[in-house]
Amino acid sequence: MKIVKEALAGTLESSDLLVKVAPSPTDTLEVMVQSEVIRQFGEQINKVVRETLEKMGVTAGQILVDDKGALDCAIRARLQAAVLRGADCNKIEWSRLS
Amino acid sequence: MNNMNDPKLFEEPCLKGLEKFEEFAQKAPYLRDNNLKHTRKIVESLEDAIRRSGLKDGGTISFHHGFREGDKVINMVVGVLAKMGFKNLTLAPSSLMSCNHPLIEHIKNGVITKIYTSGMRGKLAEAISNGLMENPINIHSHGGRVHLIQSGEINIDVAFLGVSCCDEFGNANGVSGKSRFGSMGYAMVDAQYAKCVVMLTEDFVPYPNNPASIRQDQVDYIVKVDQVGDPSKISVGAARMTRDPRELMIARYAADVIEHSGYFEQGFSLQTGSGASSVAATRFLEDRMRKKGITASFALGGITGNIVDLHQKGLIDKIIDTQSFDADAAESLRVNRNHMEVSTNCYANPSSKGASVDRMDVVILSALEIDLDFNVNVVTGSDGVMMGASGGHSDVAAAAKLSIVVGPLIRSRMPTILKKVTTRVTPGENIGVLVTDHGIAVNPNRPDVEERLRAAGLPVFTIEELHARSVAIAGEPTDVEFLDKIVGVIRYRDGTVIDVVRQVKPL
Amino acid sequence: MKLRRSMLFVPGANASMLSTVFIYKPDSIMFDLEDAVSLREKDSARLLVFHALQNPAYKDIETVVRINPLNTEYGLLDLEAAVRGGVDIVRLPKTDRPEDVHELEAHVERIEKECGREVGSTKLMAAVESASGVINAVAIATASKRMVGIALAGFDYVMDMQTERGDGTELFYARCAVLHAARYAGIDAFDVVYGDVNNEEGFLKEVDLIKKLGFNGKSLVNPRQIDLLHNAYAPTEEEVEHSKRVVAAAEQAERDGLGVVSLNGKMIDAPIVNHAIRVLQKAQASGVRK
Repeated sequence: MKIVKEALAGTLESSDLLVKVAPSPTDTLEVMVQSEVIRQFGEQINKVVRETLEKMGVTAGQILVDDKGALDCAIRARLQAAVLRGADCNKIEWSRLS
Repeated sequence: MNNMNDPKLFEEPCLKGLEKFEEFAQKAPYLRDNNLKHTRKIVESLEDAIRRSGLKDGGTISFHHGFREGDKVINMVVGVLAKMGFKNLTLAPSSLMSCNHPLIEHIKNGVITKIYTSGMRGKLAEAISNGLMENPINIHSHGGRVHLIQSGEINIDVAFLGVSCCDEFGNANGVSGKSRFGSMGYAMVDAQYAKCVVMLTEDFVPYPNNPASIRQDQVDYIVKVDQVGDPSKISVGAARMTRDPRELMIARYAADVIEHSGYFEQGFSLQTGSGASSVAATRFLEDRMRKKGITASFALGGITGNIVDLHQKGLIDKIIDTQSFDADAAESLRVNRNHMEVSTNCYANPSSKGASVDRMDVVILSALEIDLDFNVNVVTGSDGVMMGASGGHSDVAAAAKLSIVVGPLIRSRMPTILKKVTTRVTPGENIGVLVTDHGIAVNPNRPDVEERLRAAGLPVFTIEELHARSVAIAGEPTDVEFLDKIVGVIRYRDGTVIDVVRQVKPL
Repeated sequence: MKLRRSMLFVPGANASMLSTVFIYKPDSIMFDLEDAVSLREKDSARLLVFHALQNPAYKDIETVVRINPLNTEYGLLDLEAAVRGGVDIVRLPKTDRPEDVHELEAHVERIEKECGREVGSTKLMAAVESASGVINAVAIATASKRMVGIALAGFDYVMDMQTERGDGTELFYARCAVLHAARYAGIDAFDVVYGDVNNEEGFLKEVDLIKKLGFNGKSLVNPRQIDLLHNAYAPTEEEVEHSKRVVAAAEQAERDGLGVVSLNGKMIDAPIVNHAIRVLQKAQASGVRK
């Protein structure tokens, strides 16, 4: 899945996160994670983000995650929503999202 | 008469070293001046008061935190001390708040080099957690502070006590004047033990001011200032009746636990503090007390409007107030005869000749973290940064017949139950019951209570079960990494060290 | 017999509520992808609900997803997310005719097969929100064997009827019609939401009315309403005692091989025994009325 435009998903409310995706000028994957709970859950959040992107076949793009203590299920959902918006994708492959 | 004319009189062995009377005002010259004898303690400025107090570099200064986030005295006084060039002072207020962040500068500049406090919040707490001070701060409980003062470890040279008004002799209370804040429970200790007491007042009232929570014979100097505090900020973030369904749910469980604890009998005593859920729990208790036809003998500690409400409805006989958490409590202290003001020495000091906590039946306490052994942390956040206060937590927990800790199982993503608390403030053996939004856990050392709660049909689990549920929902946090440097020493109420806080490793 | 007194609405786009709402233990939680979600957030909310359904916290609570109508561009995608996410019940809004349920059922079955879910495991409920829906209530309630409930949605209905929400007079016919359809079909009936969350007295008055009418329960918009509702539906101490005696007598009759149950010399019919069982079930769930 290719990110072709900038897109946002989520909010900065507590227990949510804001994800920003953008095309990568260098055709590489750059992931930046900020989190209120980075000291306690940083590894876990990074793992969920990487897995989710991999499953969706995202190999390039700038991914910015600003987490406000969201559960993994919300992180997956917001990240997927941002990628689907940024990829301008109408056809959803559900197996890549679970 | 002629005796005193005898020039050899003072050579008599029995008079050796004694002084001869000269005239009545020799030792008290102000008595010759009818104006001065009334106003001699009143000084022009804070600088003036400080100079007269005899404070020196390396001395210890103290304050009360009755205004909580509305306090204006600490920042003002330390600011003046800095300007006057004082260095190496020990700061020993009853507690510090977010509003005290200007102290950061004074710590950097060497004005303050040592701190004793019940807690701290905000930027100041963050800076100290990140290694701002060379010496670690000492965190004590409210009762433990008095113990440290009595033992001489906190040796207060000058106490600066803010009041809304006092008379020319320094008789003061917290229930009159524009900026009244209620009980002076913290300040009463400083007034008793400090070598010098400087009172900062917004206003003067005619002599004699009554009641005198701080008495004229305790006050050295009085200085008038524009403002000592903003009482509207006392109850910020606490002590309000919540509408949050989750807090209400926890409150209802807490009331259920009290009702079926075995202590819900005629004449029981309780303490609820200022947490949203515990304040709300009193609302649920009202119906249950009426239904059972019982009243409480007293409520203790930090007092809120909800407690006052039950008192005025005749459901709580007496209130023993060491800190008024809102305007309703302050007003009640003023008008209700059975709303009593006590010092933290009377409230919670383990080495006091009599501490009211020793007569406590049931207390509701909060927690930032609790571990599988029921140890409680109320000082550091799970990121290792200090952000709370020890308060009366360990004092009441140690003395009450049953201590109930309340809190959500998960805050945002942070679990409340951990395998080990980041910082141990109250030992687990003193905690009887944990109440969360996912259910209740009873300390295995209280099988009697567990049996009663299960019989009442309450959702009782083991703390391990609640922990597992929290992990299933939010995951398990990794351990925060610390450097070797000790930034905080947690003093148990008897003065011993129960834990230390180390500097958080920068990311 | 699954108790369905309280069905708590949760806006599907609200990550914070989705992360905590299970603690309130309503009988069912309904994630809303329809009216509570703005058009811009439909896609993101759908994914949020899809993943929340799979969180272990929702394992032991009945989940419902209100999808957008199938004639919108969102409806079918919502349905995919709900069924694949493992929802217990799909709630179809604005159901006017039995054909709406048939169409839904066909899609559900297809998705179940595609994602490997047991065919038939997804239950359905329909909300009627118009004169047409109320008139067709019986046909809607009996349109599928997956149907477990029918709900009245008040806001759109009163608009359609050219009136407004008031003391309940405006819902009089609709409530009776929906309730009869449900009982005829042997499924549950749910009453409208009560939006004024701070008016406990008004809420309890409405609960008292719909309970007397015979509704299984009500859709709720605030967790604070759950305990109020459960308590109102809880049997009294006397009802519990009586029901225990009825059930005990029925069990005794069965052990004795008698076809007829009698208590204190009076004969007891099967419906009375069933009622007694339901009373004890409610008492088990939330105690006796306080």
